Amino acid sequence: MRQRKIIPGVDPRLLIKDAAALMPEASRRGFLRGAASLGALTFLTGCDIIDGDTAEGVLRKISAFNDGAQAALFSRSKLAPTYPESAITRPFPFNAYYDEDEAPEVDGGTYKLEVAGLVDNKKPWTLEQLHALPEVSQITRHVCVEGWSAIGSWQGTPLSEFLTRIGADTRAKYVWFKCAEGYSNTIDMPTALHPQTQMTFKYDHKILPRAYGFPMKIRMPTKLGFKNPKYVVAMEVTNTDRGGYWEDQGYNWFSGL
Amino acid sequence: MSAETAVGGSQIAAREAIHPAWVRVTHWINAIAILVMIGSGWQIYDAAPLFEGLRFGKSISLGNWLAGALLWHFAAMWVLAINGLVYVTLGIVSGRFRRKLLPISPAQVLADAKAALSFKLSHEDISRYNAVQKLLYAGVILTGIVIVLSGLAIWKPVQLQELTVLFGGYDVARYVHFFAMAAIVGFLVVHVALALLVPKSLRAMITGR
Ligand code: HEM
Repeated sequence: MRQRKIIPGVDPRLLIKDAAALMPEASRRGFLRGAASLGALTFLTGCDIIDGDTAEGVLRKISAFNDGAQAALFSRSKLAPTYPESAITRPFPFNAYYDEDEAPEVDGGTYKLEVAGLVDNKKPWTLEQLHALPEVSQITRHVCVEGWSAIGSWQGTPLSEFLTRIGADTRAKYVWFKCAEGYSNTIDMPTALHPQTQMTFKYDHKILPRAYGFPMKIRMPTKLGFKNPKYVVAMEVTNTDRGGYWEDQGYNWFSGL
Repeated sequence: MSAETAVGGSQIAAREAIHPAWVRVTHWINAIAILVMIGSGWQIYDAAPLFEGLRFGKSISLGNWLAGALLWHFAAMWVLAINGLVYVTLGIVSGRFRRKLLPISPAQVLADAKAALSFKLSHEDISRYNAVQKLLYAGVILTGIVIVLSGLAIWKPVQLQELTVLFGGYDVARYVHFFAMAAIVGFLVVHVALALLVPKSLRAMITGR
């Protein structure tokens, strides 16, 4: 289930095609002649090249190659740096493709985490059962694909621990997460088994507030922020790459740190 | 055996060339890669600006939106890094850097800069760089190394965290990466202006002589 046109406004790829088509041939050449600035030059090359589906195809192929390079670089024993309490960014920023007051409101009382795919036990989990799992804590840096970063404090259970409990086939390639608002992510199994990959129920030792993903978020300090899904309602252990909300729109799939 | 004869065409042509083929090829590949990196880098910068009043805007940046810019940036980075590695390795091994860029004497830089500003600097022999050229070229090569390393430090602050620490952490490394870009853009303005002012230097970088 791929969702492509959810970004508010216009599909950027259509936009640039329209812009190029609207510009008459002569004025494009004129613009080229007058393009003294470096930026204008790169804009032009970009405009002409990105207009073709081939160029976008090539860029996506290189992005897939970069997935492989990052998977090769990834080490399950390499831990993300951790920080003291004093380093926590306050207030920790809310970030999503919608406003904070549009964030999903999940009813903790009726909530059940669905478990599917290559696992022995597919029994759904209530929040009470999830909260009873062993708790670990981390203070790590959340790095956004936009470039900013913030240090936060998360508590929950290691995902690897949970995968063992449900009898997941850890030779499978991926784990897919589905979120209450329709957001989704697929991650690679090595990252799912990384010791710092956490099923998070608390932020700064308090039950996750709605803004940070109540009732459950998956915290991965080894991946960019958008790869850390919030409001998770289902997970599936699978050999099929089911993509993800931003990944399907062109962001790098692996997005490791 | 020099790298010139190993890479260039006929021996005689190679010996006479001001810029051997490997310099010209890597130079122009680098020029394209750098333009793509800068154009897409500006778009990426705009997603989370480091300075309150500074935005580059869509009209002069590449990729149309953040995801597009990142695709360009992480594609061109391979070209930039591999091509740069080839150039720096050959520059050291062939002795070109030592012959052409060293030594750099501060007194000579000042004298040549003064002469250049009063239009008295000779461009008779373009096979030898004056002190200002030496300084600029050595400087931009070092800046190129810094921009690649600081880029790696912010791309992989977990897997390459030792490198990130070396740059003073993730946030500082972002500033280092930005200022290295600014320095290269500054270099580029001067560099392209001078290449156009002395067209035979441009011809030499294209044809070799
Ligand atoms: C796109 C526009 C560019 C033009 C027209 C251009 C032109 C030239 C020319 C004509 C030369 C030979 C100059 C001389 O004899 O002093 C040269 C050399 C050089 N250029 Fe560029 N260049 C461009 C971009 C760049 C970029 C982006 C960089 C690096 C960031 C760069 C770095 C260098 C270096 C290091 C040398 C010395 C090479 C050597 O002797 O090994 N250039 N360039």
